[in-house]
Amino acid sequence: MAGLSYTSINQTRMATGEVYCQTLIELAKENPRIVALTADLGKSSKIGEFMKQFPERFYQFGIAEQNMMGAAAGMAKAGLIPFTSSFAIFTACRALDQVHTDICYQNVNVKMIASHAGTSFGQAGTTHHSTEDIAIMRSLANLTVIVPADGIETANAVEAAVEHEGPVYIRINRGYDQQVYETMDYGYEIGRAVTLHEGSDVTIIACGSAVFQALQAARELDAVYQIKARVLDMHTIKPLDKAAVLKAVKDTRRIITAEDHTVIGGLGGAVAEVIAESGMATAFRRLGLQDKFSPIGLHEDLMAHHGIDTNGIVNSVRELMQLDFEEDLDWEDEV
Amino acid sequence: MAQENSVLIRLEEKANKLRHRIVDTVIWAGSGHLGGALSMIDAVTLLYYDQMNINKDDPYDADRDRFIMSKGHAGIGLITILEDLGFVSEADLRTFNHTGSNCGIHLDGNKVPGVDASTGSLGHGLSIALGYALGATQLKKDYLVYCLLGDGECNEGAIWEAAMAIGHYKPKNLITLIDRNFAQIDGMTEDVMELEPFKDKWEAFGFHTEVIDGHDSAAMKDALERARQGMDKPVCLILETVKGNGVSFAAGDYGWHYGGITDDMAETAHRDLDHYHETRMAQLKEA
Repeated sequence: MAGLSYTSINQTRMATGEVYCQTLIELAKENPRIVALTADLGKSSKIGEFMKQFPERFYQFGIAEQNMMGAAAGMAKAGLIPFTSSFAIFTACRALDQVHTDICYQNVNVKMIASHAGTSFGQAGTTHHSTEDIAIMRSLANLTVIVPADGIETANAVEAAVEHEGPVYIRINRGYDQQVYETMDYGYEIGRAVTLHEGSDVTIIACGSAVFQALQAARELDAVYQIKARVLDMHTIKPLDKAAVLKAVKDTRRIITAEDHTVIGGLGGAVAEVIAESGMATAFRRLGLQDKFSPIGLHEDLMAHHGIDTNGIVNSVRELMQLDFEEDLDWEDEV
Repeated sequence: MAQENSVLIRLEEKANKLRHRIVDTVIWAGSGHLGGALSMIDAVTLLYYDQMNINKDDPYDADRDRFIMSKGHAGIGLITILEDLGFVSEADLRTFNHTGSNCGIHLDGNKVPGVDASTGSLGHGLSIALGYALGATQLKKDYLVYCLLGDGECNEGAIWEAAMAIGHYKPKNLITLIDRNFAQIDGMTEDVMELEPFKDKWEAFGFHTEVIDGHDSAAMKDALERARQGMDKPVCLILETVKGNGVSFAAGDYGWHYGGITDDMAETAHRDLDHYHETRMAQLKEA
């Protein structure tokens, strides 16, 4: 709508947060209802640039996320489209009561941009890791939950969020994301998974920073082990693309999910629910934090630690390929 | 002065009707927040029938003044006004809090016409009101936003986050009122969690703060009209009230935060309210 055209070239020069901010600035030029809010994280979340462009449409709330979320709900009820920018941990945990009641229950048009998600701010310590937010936010009625794979997908998600009437949570990483997409033009749609790699042996369903790793893993599995892995970028956790999951179950019968998040209740949980309700036997693994808080460290180190880097995904796929299905009724040797 | 008095008499007659309606609704619902509804009803009657710009034909009128009842548990009080205005029906009141009713203890703004925010989790309303006020300014709308807090609610940290932000942004279109009935669920406010010096706290956050008798409509009207004429600071009116005001067995008793009443108690309550109304009318006519 605003003629956005981010490419991989832009992405090499801009952190994901900067892509978000530039996208919002472009959209705000066309749409006067867009306003930006932050809680003393304008600089960290990169939304500070919006303030320079639209000082009268930028609201600083200080270190007070609960008030920011409540005020965002009021602004939305007044007719604005507020974008809140804070860290994922503070959006999903500190301000959860306001997010739950003021934003989701009232079903107002607030867009929450939750940065520094997962372990992407790994060195900040576990207080700043956000490894439960997908599970928390996914459980809130009325809320759309998006976890973009990279900066370009973030631009698409932000644009789609403005078009979408209702509350949206967009979970992005600190710093630069590994590039998954070359251009914005790949038919992004909320609730529709993107097939990044075709395969018939196994499907890797990933979101966020795990998408790039899954894609790398699929290439390695093909080249080294002749395992044909399908890769789905499941950027929308809610509403989940159930059709894509069920198609993967039918086509490949082996599913692995990968996310920079606890394996409880996030992408893995969402996919597990669809598989379980399908009644179709599936070899299934959830990769992510195994019901643990993460140690501190660099994001890439932590992804390796939690088995959601390329090697970890390759290894898990190879293990999953060892499992057999049988046609008889003996379930002892099945998964 | 005579004209002024006739307004006050009209407001007292309206408040009297609403007080009785609250007792009726508690009976219909089986139980309810009698105490906090009766403590705030004079202030809210003044707002809806004298101060606020409300379109009786359209509860969603974009230019209406907004009322954020942050003490959402007093929904049984607000709903009687919404019924009186014709936004909901008597049938809605008669099924208040019944299974499947659109009208529950904490009113849902998406289901009940005239409810500007779905409150109930305490400490939220002032932030929502601030957002409305900032949003109105951004969209160049000239409506006003009134926010009513409970005093016990001010235990919540989020209230003070909002107060700090209001002190910072100084919106001219937001007026904060506090139903200071000195009682909360577990006891009197000063026993549960000391609020005093309450006025000083609001002043320290940058508010022009006045302590007023929350059952004195003339004093409240005067303060609201001065507030609207423009202050150099945000305005907070601490309205000192009596929880369960006008009903002998409930007045001043923190135990009447929530409860059920028998038919006999309802009869007593109606009789007490009649007497209370007569006393107030006599005072107004003398003035």
